[in-house]
Amino acid sequence: MTAAGWVQIALFSVVLLAVTSPMGRYLVRVYDGSMQWLGPVERLLYRAGGVDPDEDQHWTRYAASLLVFSAVGMLVTYAVLRLQQRLPLDPAHLPAVVPRQAFETSASFTTNTDWQSYPGGETTMSYASQMTQLAFHNFMSAAAGAAAAVALVRGLARRSAGRIGNFYVDLVRGTLYVFLPFSIVLALLFVQQGVIQNFHPYIHAVTLEGGVQTLPMGPVASQEAIKQLGTNGGGFFNQNSAHPFENPTPWSNFLQMVAIFIVPAGLVSMFGRMVANGRHAWAIWSAMFLLFLGGTTVTYWAEARGNPIHAARGIDVSATATNPGGNMEGKEVRFGIAGSALFATVTTDASCGAVNAMHDSFTPLGGMVPLVNMQLGELVYGGVGSGLYGMIAEVVLAVFIAGLMVGRTPEYLGKRIESREVRVVMLFVLVYALVVLTFTATAAVTAPGLAGLNNAGPHGFSEILYAFSSTAATNGSAFAGLTGTTTFYNTMFGVAMLFGRFAMKVPVLALGGFMAERRAAPATAGTFPVTTPLFVALLLSVIVIVTALTFVPALALGPVVEHLLMDAGRLF
Amino acid sequence: MLRHQLRPAVLLTLLLMVLTGGVYPGIVTGLAQVLFPHRADGSLIVRADGRVIGSALIGQRFTGMGYFHPRPSAAGSGYIADSSGATNKGPTDRKLADTLIAQAVDSVVRREGAVRGHIPSDMVTSSGSGLDPDISPANAELQVARVARARATTAEAIRALVASHTRGPDAGVFGESRVNVLLLNLALDSAVPRPSGAAPSAK
Repeated sequence: MTAAGWVQIALFSVVLLAVTSPMGRYLVRVYDGSMQWLGPVERLLYRAGGVDPDEDQHWTRYAASLLVFSAVGMLVTYAVLRLQQRLPLDPAHLPAVVPRQAFETSASFTTNTDWQSYPGGETTMSYASQMTQLAFHNFMSAAAGAAAAVALVRGLARRSAGRIGNFYVDLVRGTLYVFLPFSIVLALLFVQQGVIQNFHPYIHAVTLEGGVQTLPMGPVASQEAIKQLGTNGGGFFNQNSAHPFENPTPWSNFLQMVAIFIVPAGLVSMFGRMVANGRHAWAIWSAMFLLFLGGTTVTYWAEARGNPIHAARGIDVSATATNPGGNMEGKEVRFGIAGSALFATVTTDASCGAVNAMHDSFTPLGGMVPLVNMQLGELVYGGVGSGLYGMIAEVVLAVFIAGLMVGRTPEYLGKRIESREVRVVMLFVLVYALVVLTFTATAAVTAPGLAGLNNAGPHGFSEILYAFSSTAATNGSAFAGLTGTTTFYNTMFGVAMLFGRFAMKVPVLALGGFMAERRAAPATAGTFPVTTPLFVALLLSVIVIVTALTFVPALALGPVVEHLLMDAGRLF
Repeated sequence: MLRHQLRPAVLLTLLLMVLTGGVYPGIVTGLAQVLFPHRADGSLIVRADGRVIGSALIGQRFTGMGYFHPRPSAAGSGYIADSSGATNKGPTDRKLADTLIAQAVDSVVRREGAVRGHIPSDMVTSSGSGLDPDISPANAELQVARVARARATTAEAIRALVASHTRGPDAGVFGESRVNVLLLNLALDSAVPRPSGAAPSAK
């Protein structure tokens, strides 16, 4: 680890702190309807779309709108991917995407996962598919995620007989006022750094030594911006944010990491303003920050320490001003160890899944942090919307457990938490664990599951565990050695993503609806204060214990044992 | 109920698809082409006669003794730009340790006279994209003597060229010091012409 590396991490933390509150204020004005500078466009969309913007939906209706809208988008994308060879904007003449792959990809982008098991955007997806379908979902899945979080917060803030807002209004306003304008600015900043943005056919260059090199082109920057802002993570090219056309400089790398966290961090601040308890929001922000800092430290330490096996083969792993040192397999020189470790932590704290280095080639403990981040539920700032609602679910659980300890009916933000609220929260927690563990176990003992492995020994098991932790958490990053382009994996991943997104979002909306039905219960001496360091400690304990109990056995079989074997010099 | 739900879902899907999938990339492309045309088109390096040599951002394969060599690459057979890729081999993988890294170490020892245990970590590992345009300054320094021999010039002359092509961290803070291999080799060709036969010529 170097001082320069820590300075980068510290700077990132300061920027994150600085953007949280302004972003929160902005988001309040977006979702309470008071921001109006795109009013004409907004009203046109409602009129043409047949939406009554004044309808305040019951949570069941809100959830139905979200599900139907997502289903329609998924079907359209499936159709376009199957027909891309007959559509315009296909200068590389790419063929139709095969059915199993089209199913998985449409599920993947609809659910904000952006897991890509197809062999590279540059060899699979036409410009039309990338732009009109994948980028469209990048916007919509982010806007829908934020909508669900806003709806939950409304449920906590109001007493309204289960009504929690209008899905289509939240969707349209998030798109118009947050994701579109921010993306335009960010995309231009990316182009200024060297990210490409054109519709040219691929360029055939004659290299300095006389070889031929085909340079892929395309509208990359526009997609890159919403890929990060919407915590989507699906790259234009196969190697995602490691590709120099997607992420050309350390400065673009820094911008990408800020873009991943800016909306999720802002949503936490928005939450505090909407429930008129800013100190509670900052307590949650602090808990998130501690988890972020812990993860970053472990990854940075493990990657900077390097791999003793590779050191024994002749590599100098100690960093100097001219030698990056550490474990550089799968990493880019311009980002180095710190820039890669920080990015890996950020992208899995959030449900982004963009990668600027190959997690599969990280050291065992360096790769375990992204894995654990996803298993925690991606609630460290988290996905756009999904981070906040995931964290609120954990808060409800923490408050409930605190209530049990003192033998009182727990209250949260002036409302009582009773059995049905806790039941939907437990459903939320269990769906994820159930999908990850059963699917991983299935793949680990069946022939088609094992056929996809790129690594043997415990690392092979880690590849499977990572894949399902990522898809069910709608992250989309991978231990990319695993070959997922088979009927078995395309299907399993598609199902895992749909469950991980929608079977978790409906309980969240239910929680919002239930809380909106509750009458205010004034705070008493027995109310557990949710603004203190004690609360932060309790919240962290609940998060770690819930995850530890669920995933420690699986982690022991993968990265933990691999770490011990690596230090003993064992190879597979 | 379902019909009532389907109408806005279908209509808004189409409208928002036009907005986010058509209008948005259109606006960004237009602005990018006006503001930063060279970068929007891939930071291409073009010869006087209009032929494209490559992109300043994308690494190229170099094997000639008179050129600096890039890192090992897993993009296709090496620096195949439309097939970006990494090894994705894990930390306890035998092929990575005993074949890929061990062989790369052997050839660096043979070619550059490097000492085992003192080989910069980027020199024998492949990058995430397989198209890494850069090498570390330590990696470049190890190649200076060989390039100077092949071009029949002094190590100092080559070293000065490397120094002028070494880029520090962005804004002094972000990222690492690095040397762009293609730009360095282009500068080499114009500053120190190769003796004939030292490397394949560009056709």
